[in-house]
Order: sequence, then C-alpha cells, then structure tokens
Amino acid sequence: MIGYVLEVAQAALALVLAPGLVGLVRWMKARLQNRRGAPAWQPYRELGKLFRKEVVVSSNASWLFRAAPFVVFASTVAVTFLVPILAVPLPFDGVGDLLVVVYLLLLGTFFLSLAGLDPGSPFGGMGASREMTVAALAEPTVALAIFALALSAGSTNLGQIVARTMTAPGAALSPGHLLAFAALFIVTLAETGRLPIDNPATHLELTMIHEAMILEYSGRYLALIEWAAAVKLLIFFSLLGNLFVPWGVSMALTPGTLVVAVASLLAKFVVLAGAVAVLETRIAKLRLFRVPELLSASFVLALLAVTSSFLLR
Amino acid sequence: MIRLSELTEALTETLADRVVELRLVRGNELHCSVRPLDVPALAALLRRGFGAELVFMAAADRRADRGVFEVHYLFAPEREPWFLHATAAVPADAPALGSLATFHYPASRFEREIYDLFGITAEGHPDPRPLVRHGFWPAEYFPLRKDAGAREFSDDGQSFPFTEVGGEGVYEIPVGPVHAGIIEPGHFRFSVVGETIIDVKSRLYFTHKGTEKLFEGREPAAGVELAERISGDTTIGHSLAFCQALEAAAGMTVPERARYLRVVLLEMERLYNHVADVGMIANDTGYAVAHSHCFRIRERLLRLNKQLTGNRLLRGGIVSGGVGGDLPAGLDLPAEVDSALRDFEEIVGLTLENTLVMDRLEGTGRLTTRTARDHGVLGYVARASGIDTDVRRDHPFAAYAELSFRVPVFEAGDVKARTLVRVEEARESAGLIRQAVERLPRGPLAAPLGELPAFAPAFSMVEGWRGAIIHWVMAGADGRLERVKILDPSFLNWRPLSYALLKNIVPDFPLCNKSFNQSYSGNDL
Repeated sequence: MIGYVLEVAQAALALVLAPGLVGLVRWMKARLQNRRGAPAWQPYRELGKLFRKEVVVSSNASWLFRAAPFVVFASTVAVTFLVPILAVPLPFDGVGDLLVVVYLLLLGTFFLSLAGLDPGSPFGGMGASREMTVAALAEPTVALAIFALALSAGSTNLGQIVARTMTAPGAALSPGHLLAFAALFIVTLAETGRLPIDNPATHLELTMIHEAMILEYSGRYLALIEWAAAVKLLIFFSLLGNLFVPWGVSMALTPGTLVVAVASLLAKFVVLAGAVAVLETRIAKLRLFRVPELLSASFVLALLAVTSSFLLR
Repeated sequence: MIRLSELTEALTETLADRVVELRLVRGNELHCSVRPLDVPALAALLRRGFGAELVFMAAADRRADRGVFEVHYLFAPEREPWFLHATAAVPADAPALGSLATFHYPASRFEREIYDLFGITAEGHPDPRPLVRHGFWPAEYFPLRKDAGAREFSDDGQSFPFTEVGGEGVYEIPVGPVHAGIIEPGHFRFSVVGETIIDVKSRLYFTHKGTEKLFEGREPAAGVELAERISGDTTIGHSLAFCQALEAAAGMTVPERARYLRVVLLEMERLYNHVADVGMIANDTGYAVAHSHCFRIRERLLRLNKQLTGNRLLRGGIVSGGVGGDLPAGLDLPAEVDSALRDFEEIVGLTLENTLVMDRLEGTGRLTTRTARDHGVLGYVARASGIDTDVRRDHPFAAYAELSFRVPVFEAGDVKARTLVRVEEARESAGLIRQAVERLPRGPLAAPLGELPAFAPAFSMVEGWRGAIIHWVMAGADGRLERVKILDPSFLNWRPLSYALLKNIVPDFPLCNKSFNQSYSGNDL
C-alpha cells in the first residue's frame, strides 16, 4: 500500500517541481549572461496566467488539435510513474520498463507533431517536420543508452537498473555507463528542445523547432503543453541523475531515507541544471543540418556503451 | 575640375540639342536640362565616357508654377568628387520618361517608386509592378502630387502579385508583416524545397507614412526634427544629410567647430548601432552571452549620447547651420569611447573564437560582388561584398577630409564578412572620435542658415551607419520646403537580401536578415 502512495507522491512531486526546474535553468543562464533574470518560480506564474487565459483555436483546426495537449500531458505524467525519481522498487515497475518510457514520450511527440500540422499554418508544419527529424534520431539513442545499463543489470526494468548499480557501485564508473551517460545527456538536450539543437529563448519563428509546433496554442492548452515539456525535462534529469548516480534513491521506503532521497534529488537537479545552463551559455545553436551529425554521434556513443557493457559483462 | 570641362564638351558635342542649359553649381556639380526621353542616351554617355552611374532620382510636382512634372537625376563617378545633376521636364498631361531600368537596376526601383507616387510612367520599364503603392489606394491616386489630398481607402480585394514558384515539393512559407519579435513590419514569402530556400520575395511599404510629403510647406529649419525621425536608429545620419542639403542650397558655410562635432555625433551613432548589431547577430546564432554584453555596451554608449546631446538617440544633435550643443565640459569623450570599445573587443574576441558561432556565420547568406554591384548596394553590405565605397572618403563632408581612417573591405560577402566590417568600423569610429575631439577648433557652434533660393535644388550625401544617405531639397517661392526626397540605403539594400538567401536554409534567414539589418521605416518613408 505504501508503495502506491509513494508512487502517487512521486508523480505529484514531479509535476510540482518541474516548472521550478525550468525556471532554475533560466535563472542560472541569466546570471551567467550577466543578467538579473526572472526568479526561478516565474514559470509557475506563467502557467497560472495561461490557465486563466482564454483559448483561441484556429478555425482550420480539428479535434486532434484540442486532444493533443491532453495526450501529451497524460503520456508525460504516466512516465513519471515509471521512472525512478525517489524510490525503488515501486509497484508500477512491473507495468512498464525502459521501452514503455521511451515510447510513451514518443507518443507525446507524435501527437504534438500532428497538432502542429493540423491547423495548416506553415510554422506548425515546419516545426513538426524538424521535430520528427530530431525525434527519429534521438529516440533510438535514449533506448540504446538505457539498454547499455540494462545489459549490466540484466533487466530492462528501470527500478532494477537502479537497484543493481546501488549494489555494485563499481558499475557506475564502467565505460559502458560513462558512454551511455554522455549519449543520454546529448539526447536530453535534443528531447527537451535546448541548445545547441533548439533555442528555448528565441522569438524567431523560422528557427524554432518545439516552439514552432506549438505556435498556434494558447490558454490552458498551451499551459498543459508547457507543463508537460517541463515535466519531460525533469524526467530526463531524473534518468540522468538516478540511473547513473543512483545514490540517495530510497530503497527502504522509510521516512528517513525518503527525506534523503528528496534532498539528493534536488542536489542532482541543481547540478544538472547548472551543467545545462553553463553549456547553453558557452555554445551557439547548431546549423539545422548539423543536428543529425551531433545526434548520430550520440547514437554511436550509445552503441559503444552497449558494446562495452556486453563485452565487459 | 578638368573632368567637368571634358564632360561639358562631350555633352555639347554628342548630345547637342538634347542636353541644354549646362551650368556649373557649387564648384563640382554640373547641372543641365534633358528631354525626358533622352535620359537613356545621357546615362549611356556618362557610363561609357566618364564611369559615372545614376545614384539618385527624385520627382517633383511643378504643375502649379511650371505646368510640368520635374524628374531630377543625379549621376556620380565611383571615386571622383563631381556630380552631374540632370533635370527632365515631364509634360503634365501624359507624363512619361525614357526608362533606365534595363540599363541600371537601381533606376528600375526609382522609376517604380516615382510611378506609384507621382503617376509618371517609365517607357519601356520591364517590370512596372507596384512598389510603394498599397492595394487599398484608389486607382489613379498618386499621393505625392500636390493636389492628391486625403482619400478614402478601401480593400481592392486583389492579392499581391507574388511570383509563384512551382514544381514538385516546392511550398511557400509566408512570414509577417507581424512578427513574433519587436521589429518593424515586412512580409517575406519563401519558396522552399525541404529546408532550402529557392526564392524569397519581400513586400515592404507597410510603414509608408508620407514622410517626404510631411516636409512640404515647412520652414527649412523645422524639417530637422522630422529628418531625425525618418529612421529611429539613424537620427544623425538623416538630420546631417538634410541640414547639409539645406546649407548647400543656401550657399552657407558651417563653422569649423561644428564640422568636427558633426563627425563626433555621426561616429557615435555608427558605434552604438554596430555594437548592437554584432550582439544581435550573435544572438541569432543562440550565443546569448555576446548579445547581453553588447546590449550592456550599447547602453553605455547611449548614456554617453545622452550626455552629449541630452537625448539617448542623439536627437537635437544637428541643427541647420551647425550643431545643437558643445561637448559637455568635464567629459573625456575619447577615453569613455575607448573604454567602451575595449569592452566590446573582449566580447568580439569571445564570439569570434567560438567555433559553433563561426560555423553559423561562415558562408551563410553570401552576396556575390557581382550581384551587389548590379543592385547598387551601399554601406557595410557593399563593403562586405568587396565593393570599396564610403562617402566619407569618396565625397568627404563635415571634417572627414582632414581626418584619417581606414575603409574596411571584405571579399566573402557572407554573414561573417558583414559582422567583421562592423567590428572594424567600430574601431575606426572610436579613432575618428578621438581625432575629432583632439583637433576640435575653437569658434561658434552654428551660423545662420539664410534664405533658400526658390526652385534651386541642392543635395547632400552622408555615410550613415547603414550606408550612403542622400537628401535632396528644393525650396518654393515662399522660401519654405517645396520638395524633399530622401534616399536611405535600405531602399537599394533590401532587394539583394533575397539573392543572398538563395540556397540557404530557412532557419538561417533571421541570421542573414540581421546581418543586413535594413531599415523598414527608412525604406517605406
């Protein structure tokens, strides 16, 4: 029973923390760029504002346009039940493994692209086409990178991967793990629409990927999509933080270990947010046709990770 | 002026009764009258024998006093300091000109503009589509005619005749006129295969405000505040060009001290705009650090501007006959500017060392020298494409003849070249400010302008931060402004942007556009 309560608490925590995480990255970036920056809780205000605002829908849009935000949000929330955020093992571990996680995320991307095409605006179509290009290259890498860990853990179950690394700490520094971490980090940038693949701060509609797809959205629909995007960032940070550096994740499910789990989770988020902020400050956006090169490189890293995990097993 | 006597001879010999009333004005301008249909013959002679090209055209409605329209042509050689100013009297009942459009591309733009605003046809123009004319204007409405008046505007229901590009997989992306960022309105229509641009058409003139008409009937000195607002970022460029044209018309000389202070003001304007542009170009590659720092430095320079003139955009800096104010006491301007420049150099260093940024800039939006020349491109866009032109050196004004500076020229014609030209020019500007302040002569800041002679046109060229600006003024019988024609470099620089974009990818458009950074307001007028 406690497991189910924890499962819900973990999902709720993810939903509550996610906008703050986006705000934290933005704030750190602003500080690094010599700007004062909006406070980290600004995204909460933005979501609140969007939920209160009226929705304007293009007259060309079909039911798909209205359904997509819910599909995106629901599929992303579903993933928070399957990813080890605070504790392992959890009762839903058996429901879905890494493949389910990858494809639930892809489901959201798929519907978002359809919704981008649906109203017939040129930007939506442009964004959808670019997003599909990126997704087609990024998704296999996510699966493959985690699969490298799964090989050493002997299971594709994310909870078991965490538990296994905890019991055999040496594995965290194995070449397979390190390569997979690098691959997953690059893919995190692509999947969450960050530099050098996409620029989350741009107002130039012709250069956008994620933003171009959702250009037609407004009000609560936009709020749901933005919120889901924030949760997606949190999910990837959790994967990076907990699969590769699992220490802190509660295994005993006692109040004490849970407090440690929350604290270590926050610490990992701050470190990762800092890494992303520094990276986004140091680099520029890649030319669109260079993006496949970067993503292919991350795929190769993931492939090497799998190979080395297999050989060194 | 040996060339001018040679030219006079050639004109009287070969175009004997077609070019008449030759007279030398202000020492280096040869004025003449030409019959409207003989303009092509004159242009051909000037190009063939003297290397002079058309740089400017202006029409004026003189039906009230002469019963005709006048079209004025200004020809200039690339490097020599003389001009030929030809006036064609066009009959009011069937106004038509001999077109230069097939001969010289900029003429095609001028002629289309003149048709839309005055209803003067260019005979034999290959592309007489509307340029300025908005679809809502009534038929036969030519707003710059004196009797045009205010009219009711209504939608004609016609779509704009964009060239359609067909073929498998070609689709159109319409962008604007309302954009996601805070910029001026302009509509761009991309024909795209995949992400590759195969054609771009731009439609401008959404901010046509009748600026030139607003000058008419003003006291000459009262035109300055309007000139300052032609394009918000080119206050000094336009007000200086306007004032110099007034001063040339009145035949007055500006005090020494004012000439040097004008250099300071014009270079301050160039400096803050170039710094901001480098930041914006970096920002369009996603390199936000350079952007935020360049904006900090721009702010620093704007505060200096405020100390200099009381206005951050330097308004009030130039007045007719001189400058609006002296250098404030206790302000070490060269030191302040040098310190801002060092600050800027550090950011430029960071940006140019960043391989990801350079990868985005190199080879992007290449404008070949040939295309640039064909379009009569001006300013940093020209200098980035291997055209060595700068009014400050070629037709010196203010105190530029007495100061030393380099004109940076790059051959590549890509976004990187346009960025580097700005960086180099920013350095030169700081040097010019130092020289001008150090050699600042004593004396009055302004002299009285005096009366403007009636119907005696005068013009002036200024190298604004975007490129050559020409103002052409003519006073009426009452001494008030009868006609003012403005040429912002944007008028000639917008079109070649479409060529620079060919074979680039859609997401690189904002970067190319920012590297051109042309004015909408200065173009639309």
